[in-house]
This record gives sequence, structure tokens and C-alpha cells, in this order.
Amino acid sequence: MNSKLLSNITRFIILVFLQVLILNNINFAGYINPYLYVLFILLYPFSGNQSLFLFLSFLLGISIDIFEDSGGINAAACLVAAFVRPNLLRFSFGISYDHQNIRLAHTPFGAKLSYIFLMVLIHHFVLFSLEMFSLNHIILILKKTLFSSIFTIILILLSLTLFSKKYR
Amino acid sequence: MQQIFNFLIRNKNSILFLILLAVSIFLTVQNHAFQKSRFISSANFVSGGIYSWSNNINTYLHLDEYNERLLEENNKLRNIISNINDSITINKQLDSTSFEGDYLFRTARVINNNFAKIDNYLTLNRGANSGIKPEYGVITSKGIVGIVDRVNDEYSRVISILNSRSRINAQLSNTNHFGSLVWDGKDPNIVQLIDVPRQAPLKKGDTIITGGRSLIFPKGLPIGSIEDFSLDQTQSYYTINIKLFNDMTNIGYVYVIENVNKEAVEKLQETPNE
Repeated sequence: MNSKLLSNITRFIILVFLQVLILNNINFAGYINPYLYVLFILLYPFSGNQSLFLFLSFLLGISIDIFEDSGGINAAACLVAAFVRPNLLRFSFGISYDHQNIRLAHTPFGAKLSYIFLMVLIHHFVLFSLEMFSLNHIILILKKTLFSSIFTIILILLSLTLFSKKYR
Repeated sequence: MQQIFNFLIRNKNSILFLILLAVSIFLTVQNHAFQKSRFISSANFVSGGIYSWSNNINTYLHLDEYNERLLEENNKLRNIISNINDSITINKQLDSTSFEGDYLFRTARVINNNFAKIDNYLTLNRGANSGIKPEYGVITSKGIVGIVDRVNDEYSRVISILNSRSRINAQLSNTNHFGSLVWDGKDPNIVQLIDVPRQAPLKKGDTIITGGRSLIFPKGLPIGSIEDFSLDQTQSYYTINIKLFNDMTNIGYVYVIENVNKEAVEKLQETPNE
């Protein structure tokens, strides 16, 4: 349990630093940035305390917001993603989620991809909607959501593959 | 009473979710609604420190470029000085230790810059300890950057001209027709000048400069050149796309401008009519 806690804390800190110091400055094609820090919400232990999980997600988002000067948009997006996670887990992994004995590294690729895809899409959509804060920009919101999601998902899959041995 | 507690305990996650969501929405709305978001900004001890640390490393990679820019600017200033005929004024200016102009310049380094969002901010490594206050203008040698909006002891935050809430007075360089400089959030190299009267003679490539109507920027600082223009819905005002002289995606060192007479002018303007 203790090593799990420690690895989550380290992951939290590393992801925040990685996001604000490197990933926020990529600006691929002008405005496309990956938001890799969602990985924390994806990987948080499935059986963990849900209230603590919600609070930690909020904390993660607000830390990014402080660096980005963006009010509370990342916090809100993380919070929504964390709140819908149990439903998405049930949707993607079916009955095995209720037994609480799955690990992301051991699941079939299709289920894993649908879980990651839906989580990232929801997070990014809330994030960009709140960033623009106006329906006039709906096309821009959808465009940003789509392209940034693709970028984020690729990075998440890459980092899951790269670091999968460690979490065994 | 028992039932209320049971209800609260059963739904504690949803309630926590709603409370935290309300907090983040509140922060977002506040950030959108006012010029100054009061609680959260990157000009604080922790994030300012981290940005300044990472920027210290980053700066070394761009030293060549900064040197070149400085040379260019020195060259320009030398040209101006050597072409002034009145040598007495130069000597007086060079000798005097006290500054007697209307504007006071300070240098600062940009330690964080974004341009990919709708509302962009920059963070500078100077703050109130160096005499920087809110509403000071920020420029580079090539053009304008933004306006300081939050300051703490060590760091300050600047509203970039690439921000949907930024509105800066600007005018054509060859006539005095003026308008407001805004940004539509699309291209970090292109900003818009709106509310320019239809009578203004426009030509592609004309220069846009700051107007002297605000107390923040001195008149005549270069901003950019006209890319294209069109009439707005009312058919009586132009909306002009301006290509910035400044590369907003690559800013190293900046000047912060203080208008020395600002308080006096404001006091005068506030005096009620009798």
C-alpha cells in the first residue's frame, strides 16, 4: 500500500512538472498541446477511495491552472473526468471492473483504448469549452478537442508502453 | 435528522464533486469576467520560482539571438544619436543622472510566455521590488507586448496583446485615425484593429503605431503592418488584420514603461466639472 502511495505522489509531481515546463510549450501547428497529466487520473488505483480521488484530481488541475494562469479550467476538466471514471471503467472493462482485480497493463488493447479515448475526450472537451467560454467558438472548441486528444492519446499509449514493466 | 445524515453520507462523492466543480467554475468565471483574477496567478512564489529556474537554463540556448537583437537596437539608437545636430542636448542627456522625460524604462526578462490559448499571459522576473506596478506597458525593441496586471514582490504577470480581453489604443502612422487593438484568438502573428472610421485611407503594408490616447504607452511605438482589411457589418468601420513586427512566440527581454506623469494626468481628469 505504501509503495502505491509513494508511486502516486511521484507520478503527480512528475506529471505536473512535465506538463508546465515542457508539454505546454510544444504548440504544434500553432495551438495543439498534449495534456499528458490526465495519465494520473487514468492510472489512479481503481479500488481507491473515491472522495480522495476526486480531491486529488481537483488538486492536480488547480496546480496546472496556477502555472497556466487559466482560472479553474483544468481543475474542472480533471474533476469531471474523475467523476465519470467509474462509469467509463464499467463501460470499457465490463464485469471485471466490479471484481476490482484488473490492472491497466493486463487488459485487452481494445478495452484499454476505449477507456483512454473516452476519458481524454471528455477531459479535453470540458477543458476547451471552459477556456473559450462562448458558443461562438464551438467549431474551434471541437477542432482543438479533436487534435489535442489525438496527440494526448498517442503520448499516453507511448508512455504506458514505455513504463509498463515497472508497474508489474 | 438521521435521514439527512444518511443522505449526505450516501451521496458524499457527488456532493464533493459538485462543491469542487462550483469552486473551479467560480475561478474560471472570475478569470473571464475581471481583468484581475484575484486568487490564482503564476506571479507567485512557487510557480514564479520554478519558471525562473527553468528559464535560466533556457536562456543560454538563445544568447546568440539576444545579442543580435541588442546589436540591431544599439545600431538604431546610434543612428538616431549621431543624427541629432544639437550636441548640447545630447551631452546634457548623457551627463545628467536624473531622468527628466515623461517615460521611465526598466528591463525585465520573460520567464513564461504562452500564445496558444484564447487568453494569454506572460510572467516577468521583476516585480514590485524593482518598481513595477500594475498598468505599466511592456514592449520589446520591435513592438508592444502587453500590459502588467498583477505584481508581487519578485514577479509580475502581463496581459499579452494575444488575449481576448486586451484592448489597446492604436492608430495609423500617416494619419491620425485610431481604433482598438484586439485579438480573435486564431493566429499569434496577426492581431485586429477595429473601429477605424471608413474615411481612413488604408493601404496594404501601412504601419500601425500606438496612439497617445492611453496613459500606458507613449505615442508612436511600432506595432505592425496592415495585412488586409474589410468593412464590418455596419459598413462604417474597418476591421484591419495587422501582421505584428514582434514575434510573440519568441520574446526574451522586454522593457517595462512607466508613465511618470500618469498620476498627475489622472488626477486632472478625475476633477469634477464645476
